[in-house]
Amino acid sequence: MSFDPQQIQDVLVIVVTAATPLLIAAVGELVSERAGVLNLGVEGMMIVGAATGFAAAYLTDSTMLGVIAGILAGAVLASIFAFLTLGLAANQVASGLALTILGRGVANLIGSSFVGLKRTPAPHLYIPGLSDLPMVGKLIFGQDFFVYFALLLTGAVAYWLMRTRSGLTLRAVGDNHSSGHSLGVPVRRIRLLAVLFGGGCAGLAGSYLSLAYTPFWSPDMTAGRGWIALALVVFASWKPWRALAGALLFGGVSVLQLVFQTWGVPIAPQFLAALPYLTTIAVLVVLSIRDIRGAAAPASLGIPFIPDR
Amino acid sequence: MAQLNASAGQGAGALPPLLAVRGITKRFGAFTANDHIDLDLLAGEVHALLGENGAGKSTLVKMLYGILAPSEGEILWQGAPIQLPNPNAARALGVGMVFQHFSLFENLTVAENIALVMPPADRLDEVPAKIAEISRAYGMGLEPSRPVWTLSAGERQRIEIARCLLQDPKVLILDEPTSVLTPQEAEKLFETLERLKGEGRALLYISHHLEEVRRLCDRATILRLGKRVGACNPRAETPRSLAALMVGSEIKEVRPAGAHELGEERLIVANLSLASPELHGVALKNVSAAVKGGEIFGVAGVAGNGQSELFAALSGETLADDPQAILIDGQPVGSRGIGERRTLDAGFVPEERNGHAAAPDFTLSDNIVLSGHASGGLTRGGFINAAAAKEMAQKVITAFDVRKAGPDPLARTLSGGNLQKFVVGREIVRQPSVLVINQPTWGVDVAAAATIRQALLDLCAKGAAVLIISQDLDELFEICDRIAVIHTGELSPALPARNTTREEIGLLMAGMGAESTHAH
Amino acid sequence: MRIDLEARPARSTLREILSPVAALLVAILIGGVVVAIMGRSPLTAFQVYFVDPLSQFYSLQAIAVKASPLILIAVGLAFCYRANLWNIGAEGQFIAGGALGGWLGLLTHDGAYQAIGGWWILPAMMILGVVGGILYAMIPAMLRVWLNVSEILTSLMLVYVAQLGLDWLVRGPWKDPQGFNFPVTVNFDPEASLPILFEGGTLHLGTLFAPVAVIIAAIVFSKTIFGFEVRLVGSSPKAARFGGFDDKRIALAAFAISGGLAGLAGVAEVSGKIGQVLTTISPGYGFSAIIVAFLGRLSPVGIFIGGLVLAVTFVGGEDAQIALQLPGDLTLAFQGVLLICVLAADVLSHYRLRLRLGAVS
Repeated sequence: MSFDPQQIQDVLVIVVTAATPLLIAAVGELVSERAGVLNLGVEGMMIVGAATGFAAAYLTDSTMLGVIAGILAGAVLASIFAFLTLGLAANQVASGLALTILGRGVANLIGSSFVGLKRTPAPHLYIPGLSDLPMVGKLIFGQDFFVYFALLLTGAVAYWLMRTRSGLTLRAVGDNHSSGHSLGVPVRRIRLLAVLFGGGCAGLAGSYLSLAYTPFWSPDMTAGRGWIALALVVFASWKPWRALAGALLFGGVSVLQLVFQTWGVPIAPQFLAALPYLTTIAVLVVLSIRDIRGAAAPASLGIPFIPDR
Repeated sequence: MAQLNASAGQGAGALPPLLAVRGITKRFGAFTANDHIDLDLLAGEVHALLGENGAGKSTLVKMLYGILAPSEGEILWQGAPIQLPNPNAARALGVGMVFQHFSLFENLTVAENIALVMPPADRLDEVPAKIAEISRAYGMGLEPSRPVWTLSAGERQRIEIARCLLQDPKVLILDEPTSVLTPQEAEKLFETLERLKGEGRALLYISHHLEEVRRLCDRATILRLGKRVGACNPRAETPRSLAALMVGSEIKEVRPAGAHELGEERLIVANLSLASPELHGVALKNVSAAVKGGEIFGVAGVAGNGQSELFAALSGETLADDPQAILIDGQPVGSRGIGERRTLDAGFVPEERNGHAAAPDFTLSDNIVLSGHASGGLTRGGFINAAAAKEMAQKVITAFDVRKAGPDPLARTLSGGNLQKFVVGREIVRQPSVLVINQPTWGVDVAAAATIRQALLDLCAKGAAVLIISQDLDELFEICDRIAVIHTGELSPALPARNTTREEIGLLMAGMGAESTHAH
Repeated sequence: MRIDLEARPARSTLREILSPVAALLVAILIGGVVVAIMGRSPLTAFQVYFVDPLSQFYSLQAIAVKASPLILIAVGLAFCYRANLWNIGAEGQFIAGGALGGWLGLLTHDGAYQAIGGWWILPAMMILGVVGGILYAMIPAMLRVWLNVSEILTSLMLVYVAQLGLDWLVRGPWKDPQGFNFPVTVNFDPEASLPILFEGGTLHLGTLFAPVAVIIAAIVFSKTIFGFEVRLVGSSPKAARFGGFDDKRIALAAFAISGGLAGLAGVAEVSGKIGQVLTTISPGYGFSAIIVAFLGRLSPVGIFIGGLVLAVTFVGGEDAQIALQLPGDLTLAFQGVLLICVLAADVLSHYRLRLRLGAVS
């Protein structure tokens, strides 16, 4: 086996593109969890974003409109989740599951008329000269816009959380919602915005899958990525830049499948396909061993909030 | 700092009250917490709001701070009616509040905690400088970058006070401020309050510690069962007369059991050291004590010094490594669980009645099964004997005068005092030989508290060994034979209650004292 | 607009029974609206989904056959959910049990046991199914109990692993060599298949496991100390520790019960309904059972009724695909809506709702 630099670059590009939807969804969920809300509906919001995004883009022949549709779809589902968990203080785990089941059903319904159709994939950046550099040209200067946006998003959220007043308020709500309420912080409004943001990010991640990663829709195409994004948030100890590292790790694992197949390594394809899921479990175990007391998690995560008035 | 027009600091003069309420009422469903209350607060005075637990004091001040909306009545600021839709409005007006249960964010720093209540226009990076200034001005010693979970209760309270002072309040409300302080820290607080009063601010001081009120306050308004029942000058009253005003009748004196023989040492703790399973808990270090049959042994201490950890170790909810670390009637139980300790006739009552001592969503008879199933009579072959449980529940309800709605209601429908009587009575009715209680009468009305304390005295008169952990020094001095102090997980040697003063105990609570054998 | 919740002062059994019924009605109404948007008559759809299946014997059998695994799994889930343990990997445990039990069916294919007789095969298969489910459920259980790893994520990841594992087995070592390269296994012998109860019908012995499980679970929850412990651990963990109950032991037991019942449902499906092992042996029973568990308010009797209701929607949905060309995914979406309505109704049965004007706070 010879190592062709072009092959290496291709592999790295795949790692980045595989990591992108995970990163976007994880950053969105991270904001939601930092505010204290555990949203298990990410998978449902992601897949609804994929179906709606593809449908809208195909019908209007505009990737941009598809992206907006995907984000809105995720946000609409998130608003149902917010109504249940913030308005009615229903159990967050059960509500999230409900949204995942609903999301999958609705997505397959929307997507059913679009199975088997293709459209042009989302455009990539091209800077003459830079994008043609060997080894790094395509990797750094030739990605599609989702990739650059994902990095921007990560940086923006990281700065906002730690350096701004509103970010501090969100972290405070996630630490102790009773104290926040006593001080007059609008706990539920902040959580609502955080959940909508998380849902929008999940929808965006989904539309990336059907508009850029592959230029088509197929049923259940998210294949559990929403759940992996949830695990990523834990892995990242609720810090945005660490989520980037985790997403690249998972991107790498999913690439292994392709790499082994290309090299003809005799491992059953089902085992390779199972690698991301097994890696998720392994990562969670390692993390729990390091942080067995759960010190990193926002203290009010998952606890319903019913204010006195 | 604002200097308001205040003559002689006593609030006399032609000025309207700074803050007043007329006919203020608050209902929660069918329950009326505040019933047509009138109160006024003058600039430059310290005004006490007196009443026993459950009288409605906290509800009233929450309305003054905008957390709750009144059902009826009005709030007046300098004579004009106002609305306070949320705490931001109250703060903007000039009302500050120091909560009894701090509204702090444990995992954030001191600076971040304070920044959260500053006006939005203030820049985040200027906050540490402002904190340093206030800290110097009032002698508070705050470090902006420390996370709050590392701080003691006294330091945390200073954050709450600093938060208020940075907004330059005209009115400051303090809700039971000394409940978490040592006597010496309380002194420091009083100095700060005197100073604020001298600056012309008005202070509304909630407390049920009558000596403090007599010392600090110029006027007092008394609440009972949600209604205002009177006003007075605390300095012209005695603690007994104030208490009578609060309760509305003569309080039953608790009868001490009279001198009786002390028996064998029934509960022995020997060099118990235990790390805390909690994230921000306190580790126990070399704790030793011995309680004889017939005696009540008190453990004093400011909250957060290892009381819950000590209780969990004694009850068996946390296991020690060394079985010999805890002996009940001579049996080494250090590494044995709570069920086994109960079979040796030990009883336990934890601090939190709703959620720990009793399961709130379960019935009273279920809660009998909760602590009684291990010691027999309530289960057979894995099945619960529901009839026996109900019978036992009725026995406790009758013996301890537990008021409830319906024959076998859910635990959470009982009021604080009644639930506490139930969880204490549940253990006492089994005639335990050793009883360990954490905060026996916290948050409980005076009548129920007297019932509980009398029951404890009666129990030990029969030869049981009783250990009480309490933050209420009055209670400890009233019923204990000996008192030890827990501080940062270490237990001082025990002093006889009759020959010890509050000052000595206070020093031990702060970690100082002649008896201390550990270098700091 | 702001929503304020006020706790209702007293519990009302009537309200607690009516709330899932109300949820079902609201969900049906929403479903009707969606069907109308899709251009079909809501009334006809209602008839096809809910009324017709109840009117014919063969479809009643189909309902029972479909309800049985749902109820069995959901009863197991009730033990976990009541203890606040969120096992969402029942689908994987179902597959594990079906695979382990089915393996014996493959082993005994074609009379390999002639010498000793075949009476022991079915019971052994059922036991293996239970064991397979328990072992698979122990993975998330132990990780949660000893390392505090989220059981939600681990149990779910294991579902994907189980599906892929089964796929590999059936396409690989278990493939029927005479099967023309289709990804199926050999058929089970009659000794390895649960007998049919009515001639020519689909109702097999395995469907009786469900009502038996419901009765046993109901007794355990209401009358035994173990049931008491499970309920307590979920609602007041500190009180449970105070009562001397070992939360680790309870967690492991709850997962074992849940996994065992899911595994039993799996082997019953494989042995009673399918008769061989395929690359997929579950149309999402493990997830639909979650809905059944909540619809039944985590009580065994409620789960029994809820399982029947959901089975009706499955059977009705299959009919609707043929009769009205309505997609099967509509049933899935309906189930999602139903769960949302159930959760909302559950809150409303304990709290009164007050809408106030003003900003959300």
